[in-house]
Amino acid sequence: MFRLSLLLRHADGRALLSMFAIALGVALGFAVHLINRAAVNELAAGVRALAGEADLEVRGGRAGFPEELYARLARLPGVAVASPMLEVETGMEGGGQTIRLIGIDPLRAALLQPALFADDPARRLALLKPDVVFVSSGFENSGNKKLGIISGLSKVELDIAGVLPASSLRGIVALTDIATAQWRLGRLGELNRVDLRLEPGIDREAMQRTIAEMLPPGTYVSSLDAVEESGANLSRAYRVNLNVLALVALFTGGFLVFSAQALEVARRRQEHALLRVLGLERGGVMRLVLVEAAVLGALGGILGIAIGYAIAVAATNAGVADLGAGFFRGVAPQVEFPLVGSAAFLLGGIAVALAGALLPALDAARAAPAQALKAGDEQRMFGRAVTVWPGVLCIFLALVLIPLKPLNGIPVAGYAAIACLLLGGIFLMPFFSTLVFEKLGPNKNIPYTLALSQLRGAPGQAMVSLAAIVASFLLMVAMAIMVASFRSSVDDWLGAVLPAELYFRTSHVGETAWLDPALEAQVRALPEVERVVFLRSTRITLDPSRPAVSLIARDGAGLHFPLVGKAYERKEGDPPAVWISEAVADLYGFHPGKEIQIPIANKQFKFVVAGIWRDYARQHGAIVIERSTYAALSGDRRANDAALWLKPDASIAAATQALQALPGGRLLEISGPGEIRKASLAIFDRSFAVTYALEAVAVIVGLFGLSSSVAAIVLARRREFGVLRHLGMTRRQIGAMLAAEGGLLALLGVGAGLVLGGAISLILIHVVNRQSFNWSMDLHPPYGLLLGLSLLLIALSSLTAVFSGREATGIGPVRAVREDW
Amino acid sequence: MNRRQFLAAGLVFPIVTPGHRFEFPRDHGAHPDYRQEWWYVTGWLKTARGEDLGFQITFFRTKLNIENSNPSAFTTRQLILAHAALSDPRHGRLRHDERAARVALNLAGSRQGTTRVWVDDWSLALSENTYSTKITARDFSLDLQFEAKDQPLLQGNAGFSRKGHGAEEASYYYSRPHLKVSGAANGSRVTGMAWLDHEWSSQYMAAGATGWDWCGINLDDGGALMAFRMRGKDGSIAFAPDGISFQPLRTWTSPRTGTIYPVSILVKAKAKEYLLEPLMDDQELDARASTGTIYWEGAVRALQGKKQVGQGYLELTGYWRPMKL
Repeated sequence: MFRLSLLLRHADGRALLSMFAIALGVALGFAVHLINRAAVNELAAGVRALAGEADLEVRGGRAGFPEELYARLARLPGVAVASPMLEVETGMEGGGQTIRLIGIDPLRAALLQPALFADDPARRLALLKPDVVFVSSGFENSGNKKLGIISGLSKVELDIAGVLPASSLRGIVALTDIATAQWRLGRLGELNRVDLRLEPGIDREAMQRTIAEMLPPGTYVSSLDAVEESGANLSRAYRVNLNVLALVALFTGGFLVFSAQALEVARRRQEHALLRVLGLERGGVMRLVLVEAAVLGALGGILGIAIGYAIAVAATNAGVADLGAGFFRGVAPQVEFPLVGSAAFLLGGIAVALAGALLPALDAARAAPAQALKAGDEQRMFGRAVTVWPGVLCIFLALVLIPLKPLNGIPVAGYAAIACLLLGGIFLMPFFSTLVFEKLGPNKNIPYTLALSQLRGAPGQAMVSLAAIVASFLLMVAMAIMVASFRSSVDDWLGAVLPAELYFRTSHVGETAWLDPALEAQVRALPEVERVVFLRSTRITLDPSRPAVSLIARDGAGLHFPLVGKAYERKEGDPPAVWISEAVADLYGFHPGKEIQIPIANKQFKFVVAGIWRDYARQHGAIVIERSTYAALSGDRRANDAALWLKPDASIAAATQALQALPGGRLLEISGPGEIRKASLAIFDRSFAVTYALEAVAVIVGLFGLSSSVAAIVLARRREFGVLRHLGMTRRQIGAMLAAEGGLLALLGVGAGLVLGGAISLILIHVVNRQSFNWSMDLHPPYGLLLGLSLLLIALSSLTAVFSGREATGIGPVRAVREDW
Repeated sequence: MNRRQFLAAGLVFPIVTPGHRFEFPRDHGAHPDYRQEWWYVTGWLKTARGEDLGFQITFFRTKLNIENSNPSAFTTRQLILAHAALSDPRHGRLRHDERAARVALNLAGSRQGTTRVWVDDWSLALSENTYSTKITARDFSLDLQFEAKDQPLLQGNAGFSRKGHGAEEASYYYSRPHLKVSGAANGSRVTGMAWLDHEWSSQYMAAGATGWDWCGINLDDGGALMAFRMRGKDGSIAFAPDGISFQPLRTWTSPRTGTIYPVSILVKAKAKEYLLEPLMDDQELDARASTGTIYWEGAVRALQGKKQVGQGYLELTGYWRPMKL
């Protein structure tokens, strides 16, 4: 308690600031942890809620499989219950919302999932009525008796017969009879899921193999456990990314603790020495400093957990539980407060604070009291840390780590390489600073020359300030370059994929809307239209352990592509061409010229990879094929989207009006490339909101860290200023000297930060992002921003030095010098 | 009334009227236009060790009162439900299981022309004069053949069986008593005597009726006893054929549902009296997952004085909650 009150009394903002930095790191990490836990639990519970007591799940792609397969599975010896389903994400009338419409056979589903009917067994029969749905309690219904959904280009109204018990189905779901689903969604004869429960004593794996042999291409059987897991896998890379950002915040917090404690230790050198003289042991002094840091860490941790919890609750309530990335659409998770998890984050905060305070604490303990009571002993910290080997080793390690492959889709080696580069850079700074300051020659400007010799003479002090500048600045630089490169790449990419003048599609969301061939002909016949490219998009599964891949059938498939790398020239006798996105190339190991099998309409077909294109829209991969080929193979002549080129004399407004006048035209969403681009970039910015926020935080924390470490050094030199004043220097000259010192330091730090940050941004772009999300991007450093930040940093460093110097010289030369005795 | 007539009359279900001319094997098959139909087999089995077992197998066909033009193969117009039960006094409690499925994709269905009805892996079929059934239940299995030597016994007025005072409250109903049983129960050989009822109707219960008591007894002298009554609210008699009365002698309370069943009954049929005593008291059947009801359906001995004169089944419905079909 004695220390705490001391701490609070001493709290000059820097201690508070380091506490807030730790709080921020903990808050961010904890919020990400909570939100994900809730969302992933929700997904797993969603899987369980519908599958109930099923052992195996047979799933087709979006196109599904023939219903006869269900009958064959149901008759298979060893299968106790087979429950057929048709599950789609469908757009709701009037707005961009979707609802998961699940067609079931209630009599079968009741055997696997009694909770759906436990409260009212008659619901099983009520569901058999035509065009009836029961909605989940997560569906917010303002007393509507009808559920309007979009099927094709028309609206279908279903009667809402009731609400399911809250415990039975999660998210926004409507349950209907399988017959209603098939008919109203235009999918007669098709199913896309069958849940199976096996007879007791049946070998599940053997059964899984037997069933796998019965399935058409593109349809897979998996155990329910595997299905539950895949929900969590979906967003893993993204979560890890956010968690690493949270670690960065914690790291900066730790660094702040370090500089704040270093300052405190320097300031209270005499105080500590006095305590030693009065009988306090060496370990006692060390404990004093560490306890203070631990208190800071604990306070920061508790605050962080509270803030993190608040963020998580607010985020889930606001419906952004998908962390802005669209992974968890349609789930309404509940945030819980995990005691173990929160304790871990609290301990993490304390550990970071302790780690930050360790060096200053050691230093404080090591000081000989008699000497410390005298002046001029403040410069010992880091005095010995000038060997280059740890730094070289770190950099070498980083170079070794960079080319390593990701672990389970997580770029572990990439993150480790960044950490190594960061540490290596900091370790090497004293060496470089000595090198640079030796090279700079003195001139006639006295303050400048004094500053230079000060920097040359006390590399240990310079190290503290430099480390602070470099660490905070390189993180700023790396993130700024990465985000700017990504954004410009997305912007360029949008330009490349949106070459037409006008675009239209069915309803905004869902899988159940389409444009039929009749409409297509009408659009082509419009007098305003020069050329139209129609696009059909569906989903196929190439590997049951991975999320489904988008299959895009397009008129003129080979045109308008942001292709990357070399294309493959199709030869005589080659199968039809496909163009794969980078994610498909990375995840499945496909390359141009390779022959691959793609399941279309329950059959496997051979294709040759003609090229790889960049796709930022579909993280799990996309494959583009010629639409006429797709239509011939599948018989599916529907379309989802279309791109229009207008006749020279036609206006966009006229074309839009003509489209809207077509039958069903009012359900079309028509937009120009500019609007799509704007909306897409808005989505991009939303996904990176967390990153932007962190970047801002890194800048602020970095600037404060810098000012506190500069101030630490300046304040410790009060007596030196006293002597200089005695020797005839004016306060102005001392100020100029300090400004030069700060400026020189910052200049060096900014230079190193730019180099190291640039290197780290390259790792972020080419290793971390590529391995996490399987997309490449071009380097677009934001030069203006970097220049501005550099100047800001240098100016701030000089200013801090000057202001601290003013405080230090404010007491008058006589008293300052007298402090020596 | 044939199909065209009732459709022309704008009715969803045809009405049961007197004067139907039964024809076999046609009427052994399904009558899919009628609202309800069931094939119901009960009987006593003897194991190789001489132990008595009772069994019940019922297949229900239900036509839904839903007009539906949906072309999907899953569109539900008919349901097949089935109950099976095995009474083994050594087990002390009825073993039972049930099935329920829509008629779709041949996973469940019934045929016209002769008896053939199935739901998943449960089935009942007639070939020549022998019925075969296969039931694989949760905790027992039955694989039985029933050989019929006699012609079907038309119940009521030449197969027209009145169930209430209203004109429409009736069923077409015939029985096949004294079926010779062979086959296996739980994999062990059994022999025995069974009774089959086949009944179809569109209005089985009068509006005020809450359930019924029914018995079908194979008498040792070669005769057969079938008696029933429809009960109304508060124990009143909604309908009973002339000369038939049921007099409860002893009740049994279900420890699971608290329902009280008159498991020992004195049945008076015209001048004759039969005392029905259950093989065991606990023969309550929970069929909430299929037909949505709980009832008592048990093997009984028929006694006159102290002498056993026959064996059969007693059915007590509507004691748990009013019966709804």
